Amino acid sequence: MFSDILTIWSDSPALSLAIWLVIAITLLYAGRPHAHQLLRNTGRAFYRSLRLAGAGVRQLESRVSQRNRDVLLAAGREEAESAIEREFARVAEIVERDLGQYPVLHRRLNETLEKIETDYHNSIENKPMPPAWQELMDTIGNLPTSGDPAVNSILENIRDVVQKSHDETLEAYQSDINERHGILKGMRPDWRNLGQTMGKVHETITGLDERSRSIDRQMAEYERMRNSDDEAVNTLMASSLKQFFISSLVLTIAVFGAIVNFHLIAMPMSEMVGGTSSIGPMAASDVAALVIIMVEITMGLFLLESLRVTHLFPVIARLNDRMRRYLMIASLVILVIFAGIESSLAYLRDMLAADQAALAQQLTGEATGGTEFGWIPAMGQMLLGFILPFALAFVGIPLESFVHSLRTVLGAVTLGVLRALRVTLRVTGGLANHLCAMLINLYDLLIMVPLSIERMVRYRMENRAAAQAEASEPAPETQEQAPRKRSRKRAEPAAAETQADADDLPLTTQEA
Amino acid sequence: MSRTASTFRNRAAPRGLRLALAALLSLFLIGCSEAASNNRAVFVLLDISNGYAQEREKVQQLSAYLLSELGAGDSLAVAFIDNSSFTERNIIAQTTFDARPSVVGQQKRAVLGKLQSFMEGFETPSYHSDITGGILLGRDFLHGTNAERQHLFVLSDLHEDLPPELNRDMALDLAGIRVVALNVLRQRGDNNDPGAYHERLASWKARVEEDGGRWQVINELERLPRRVALR
Repeated sequence: MFSDILTIWSDSPALSLAIWLVIAITLLYAGRPHAHQLLRNTGRAFYRSLRLAGAGVRQLESRVSQRNRDVLLAAGREEAESAIEREFARVAEIVERDLGQYPVLHRRLNETLEKIETDYHNSIENKPMPPAWQELMDTIGNLPTSGDPAVNSILENIRDVVQKSHDETLEAYQSDINERHGILKGMRPDWRNLGQTMGKVHETITGLDERSRSIDRQMAEYERMRNSDDEAVNTLMASSLKQFFISSLVLTIAVFGAIVNFHLIAMPMSEMVGGTSSIGPMAASDVAALVIIMVEITMGLFLLESLRVTHLFPVIARLNDRMRRYLMIASLVILVIFAGIESSLAYLRDMLAADQAALAQQLTGEATGGTEFGWIPAMGQMLLGFILPFALAFVGIPLESFVHSLRTVLGAVTLGVLRALRVTLRVTGGLANHLCAMLINLYDLLIMVPLSIERMVRYRMENRAAAQAEASEPAPETQEQAPRKRSRKRAEPAAAETQADADDLPLTTQEA
Repeated sequence: MSRTASTFRNRAAPRGLRLALAALLSLFLIGCSEAASNNRAVFVLLDISNGYAQEREKVQQLSAYLLSELGAGDSLAVAFIDNSSFTERNIIAQTTFDARPSVVGQQKRAVLGKLQSFMEGFETPSYHSDITGGILLGRDFLHGTNAERQHLFVLSDLHEDLPPELNRDMALDLAGIRVVALNVLRQRGDNNDPGAYHERLASWKARVEEDGGRWQVINELERLPRRVALR
């Protein structure tokens, strides 16, 4: 078919091809303005449409970004409020526990101080110092003896009496001193008691001071969130991402734990529900094992919820304390029952595995013999079966973190996708525009021969017209025309520049 | 207008309720219904005629493999081919394994015990070999199990030697059954004329496939797990 068309003009393919080429080039030359218009308009249309779509995506992106920011700040505010509330509760607890007994403490301090004061007064009411008896004794001793025995006797008696009085006074003074020392000694426990009481007060005041500093810090953070501070948003975002990755990791570990649990009870479950029935594509025993694990996780969630560790179910949070306690007890009891069932299933699994191993040995003809330490894996499996449900019950904590942080992560991912889409749209639009410009040049390249002829003819005609104009008109007008030509030449590159820069055209008001 | 709207609402609510109930019931029925049987059924035929009786130990090897592979809900029967094989007395052991794994173990031990008893009590090989009768016996057993995958293992040299009074000229009707000829021994006559051996195999193949079955020959039992996917 193609060869028939090719050789329609002549039997020689080369000649025929040349004729076809001439026809094609002529047709292309004739349709050049329309083709240029078509390509240019197509490129512009692509470019503007995609740019319009990009603007729409950008608006959506900004809305999503604002929404993410609002959600993040709301979550952060809620968290900060609960943290501040918790701090205030701690402060209240300290005040109630320590400073609530302050009147008693104050009375005790007063009593101690009064006692110390009394003791102090008692200790300063001392007896007068003994008079200067020694001086008197020396004076009496230095009196000149007249040799009169009566005088000597009188003096001797006086000395004795004075000596005796001196001794008695000294003894009384020493006794008084001892008594005062005793009083001061009795003050020591009171001092110690006073010191301890003051230490307690100091400790309480210091604890309160630390709490108040923590509250100040959190209040400042809260204030930043209320003011929609960028730093606060970034901090919340980082915290949320961290929570997401940590909770994902813990949930992954929990999933592996659930898989181990599943394999522990799936086989013995067929002993209970039968190994031949199936629900959909899964064996009924597998489904039953999965259901048991799911129920255990659910009971764990209820338990944590009723203990107010997690806050996934507002209905449970709204229950009164009595109902919550009932729910907690019910969840715990069911969990323990399931743990017991799993433990027994794990033991059954060990028994079945041992039976299968014995049968396999019998089939292969090998000697069968019981293992000496066969009870160790059995015990291990039983323990594992009992502990794993409780371990899985705690999955509620990472689950809550995951759910809370998932919103932020999904928002960030959506934002990233929208941003990538916007860039792609803009790049595609620019490429389409440039591609059309390239096609226009390629079109001209195909018909370069007639275009060259056209340029040549036009040049000659212009030259001829210029020569005629020079011959018929005066010189000044000719000078005036020269700048006009130059200005036309200048205008052409300007138009070309406009076309080339079409990629950077601003959007019109309607497009925006 | 408002009456019409309220009537519509009154009708729409029970309809929605009915739809929801129907959906729930369907889910319940789908969940509780037994899926199509995906069990397996295996029938083993052991030729105890003169030319093949010495190979009877192979059946123990095959049984060990089958007992280790089959599980809850599967069926297994072992029978022997002698002068007249289409009788219940030819069945050495047959069982359908229970749904409980603990019972399955006991059943497997029972099958193994019966097989060992048969081996220990075997004395005289049969003079004739009624392979067609054995296949018909196996077909009846396999079709009776309604299993999804049905296998008929034949441990024989495939040399049929019918007593004159037996009529085995009939269709085998082996639809859905895979017939696996195991350890097909070459007879002394095959040594003189190897074409006869291949001709015998080809004739059995044609017969089985004409009657709707699938045919396979495995001469080394060790290759059985790779060639025949029981699972």
